[in-house]
Amino acid sequence: MGNDLGQSPDEVQFRFRDDEPVDHAAVTVDSCCDQTNATAVRIEPGDDARVLLPFLDRLALVEVNFPSFGDGRGYSAARILREAGYTGELRAVGAVLIDQLSHMRRCGFDSFAPDKRLDEDDALRAFATWENVYQRAADARRTIGDKRHEA
Amino acid sequence: MYQYDKYDQAMVDARVEEFRDQARRRLEGKLTEDQFKPLRLMNGLYLQLHAYMLRVAIPYGTLNSRQMEALADIADKYDRGYGHFTTRQNLQYNWIKLEDAADILADLSKVEMHAIQTSGNCIRNISADHFAGAAADEVIDPRPYAELMRQWSSFHPEFTYLPRKFKIAVIGSETDRAAMRLHDIGIRIVSRDGEIGAQFYAGGGMGRTPMIAPLIRDFVPLDQLITYAEACLRVYNRYGRRDNKYKARIKILVHELGAAEYTRQVEEEFAHMLTVGVEPPREELARIAEYFAPPAFVDGPKTLDRSDPDFALWVDRNTHRHKHDAYVSAVISLKPAGGIPGDATAHQMRLMARLAKQYSFDELRVMHTQNVLLPHVRIADLHALWTALEEAGLGSPNMDTIEDIIACPGLDYCSLANARSIPLAQRISERFAQTGRTEVVGELKLKISGCINACGHHHAGHIGILGVDKKGKENFQLSLGGSEAEDVSLAKITGPGFDEDGVIAAVEKVTDVYLATRTDGERFLDTYRRIGMEPFKEALYG
Amino acid sequence: MKILTGNDLRSGAVTWWNGTGWSLFVDDAVDAGDEAEEILAREEAARRVNVPYAIEATIDAGGHVRPAHIKDRVRALGPTVRRDLAVPTADKTGWDWVI
Repeated sequence: MGNDLGQSPDEVQFRFRDDEPVDHAAVTVDSCCDQTNATAVRIEPGDDARVLLPFLDRLALVEVNFPSFGDGRGYSAARILREAGYTGELRAVGAVLIDQLSHMRRCGFDSFAPDKRLDEDDALRAFATWENVYQRAADARRTIGDKRHEA
Repeated sequence: MYQYDKYDQAMVDARVEEFRDQARRRLEGKLTEDQFKPLRLMNGLYLQLHAYMLRVAIPYGTLNSRQMEALADIADKYDRGYGHFTTRQNLQYNWIKLEDAADILADLSKVEMHAIQTSGNCIRNISADHFAGAAADEVIDPRPYAELMRQWSSFHPEFTYLPRKFKIAVIGSETDRAAMRLHDIGIRIVSRDGEIGAQFYAGGGMGRTPMIAPLIRDFVPLDQLITYAEACLRVYNRYGRRDNKYKARIKILVHELGAAEYTRQVEEEFAHMLTVGVEPPREELARIAEYFAPPAFVDGPKTLDRSDPDFALWVDRNTHRHKHDAYVSAVISLKPAGGIPGDATAHQMRLMARLAKQYSFDELRVMHTQNVLLPHVRIADLHALWTALEEAGLGSPNMDTIEDIIACPGLDYCSLANARSIPLAQRISERFAQTGRTEVVGELKLKISGCINACGHHHAGHIGILGVDKKGKENFQLSLGGSEAEDVSLAKITGPGFDEDGVIAAVEKVTDVYLATRTDGERFLDTYRRIGMEPFKEALYG
Repeated sequence: MKILTGNDLRSGAVTWWNGTGWSLFVDDAVDAGDEAEEILAREEAARRVNVPYAIEATIDAGGHVRPAHIKDRVRALGPTVRRDLAVPTADKTGWDWVI
């Protein structure tokens, strides 16, 4: 079987979904997905998220690990999955800090399990940093460009 | 020039509040320095030798008098009465307190300025030809595209934690006045059969391993510009090296993959991104471009009275041909012989602001050569402008001569430096001015970096000097034959290094060789390219 | 001797460990000896200094503290090209030995 990783739903500090959280551990990308019934997988920075594309409708949870908050590969992984039509839970885990939250949200993350629990007030403020956004991302927010030119 | 609408203003205001909160959390101990450092860097705040340093963004080097006056006010109120114009068209203050930084950013936001992403592993200030919108040889003004990209790159959620910094330059002419090929991405806006598009170069850079960017795509249609840029950045974010800070720039990725493979990956990602639909609405570019419409030029004299030889010299050296024949662009030299290259006092900034209002449709440009220029000056006004500049010590007629030295702040200011670059620049410019050799030598681009990070662009110098640490003492390597223009080349080291006196003597020796061997019309660079390194090595090492 | 230096967190000013606190003047620097690492860790955690580190230094004939490395001597005195912005210090001979 695959290597079991991941975190229990209890460690998820913020979640922007209504459905039931996946209640078992995630497998590695290497262990996924043909040979197993895994519905939860964890992506490391060096993994290619596109390897998961054939299996997206089977997956209910993808965790993206940030071993170091300065390693930005997870942002691309998340966006790629959303662009491919993944609608399951996309969870940022690891070195997730206050000041990355709004960008992570825009890249498609809808749940957050930081290594170290974050101050709730600081986090809520951080999610709301940007009333408007310049560029398109995975979150389908209307951009400033859109708003400037709507009829 | 571009003016913020309510959205742009709200973005910089939100950024100020975000930083104010981050600084508060740092001072309260909720953030460690390791956690805070990338955040403050993304607002241009460094911790340097003497204090915090703040790098203010001047997008594509363009600003107006109100903004220049605000920079002067900040210098007086929060710093020590001066600022330094940089090799990326920005401005640096050297004596900043962390506890003032948010207030400074707030003051900047009131005049539509900021320090967003002027440092950090993100997309930096987008530079452009400093003669944009004025140069006679310009095909198209690159600045609307630079502004479109500025907005796209600001707070980009996917590209905020890149492997390393990312620098983009945009030009709109065959002539390259922005060192475009020496950037992470260099863009040349071109017109082909009446259609406007962008040439993309990727993987250039100076620093430890200088490289010239190869052409990645010869023509990207204008309405796919952002999509293509996004594809280039995504491939870099995913595959740029993160194991070694000194191998993390895109130039290493392009070099290790090869340009063909990097291009293939970009094209694949680009094809995908086209289906995602990330391009801003077409109307956005048109909206932005309106701000860059030419000012209301008026006809006037196309010649002037050259009877004053000092004035004539300044006109010949410091003015640049304009697309309107009654105008020129005029360079304000921040390189008085013996002075600190690129520094300006608050008083000088206010004077430059006044002169811009009076003589240049209220517009100034910062050059990557650490000078300032007025883009649209009537030939009829040139003498009055020159007189005012002369009085203020800003009238040195030395653009692109050996006195027009580019020097990084070096060990006098910068915690990364191995050696001081400013005293070298002072002594060299003084020497050549005093002996009257500046004019004899003519065009010679001398660039000095105080360490291998090459912020002084020494790899692209006709003469380049690199400061190194030799057993705890300052030592200097000399190199020859670099060029940042469209004839781009990387300078070659002459041989063993020199101490401070030695490298100054070395500069004199190599200019002697040039003067002795040049043929008609040759610049130093041309003579070097014709005769090679050997005669210079002979003179230096005997 | 081993002295400790850093920057003040709030102001960014260069500071030197004087035995009980952080001084703006290099001549106040004391030999931290074996306690250096412990002091650095404690003072940084308490935010009384930012990014501090230990360096070698000597005392000259005039009793002035001289950091071993050029970089720290420039930090002690100020930019060599702007002596008007120097750290106010009793050691007027500093410019002779900074580089």
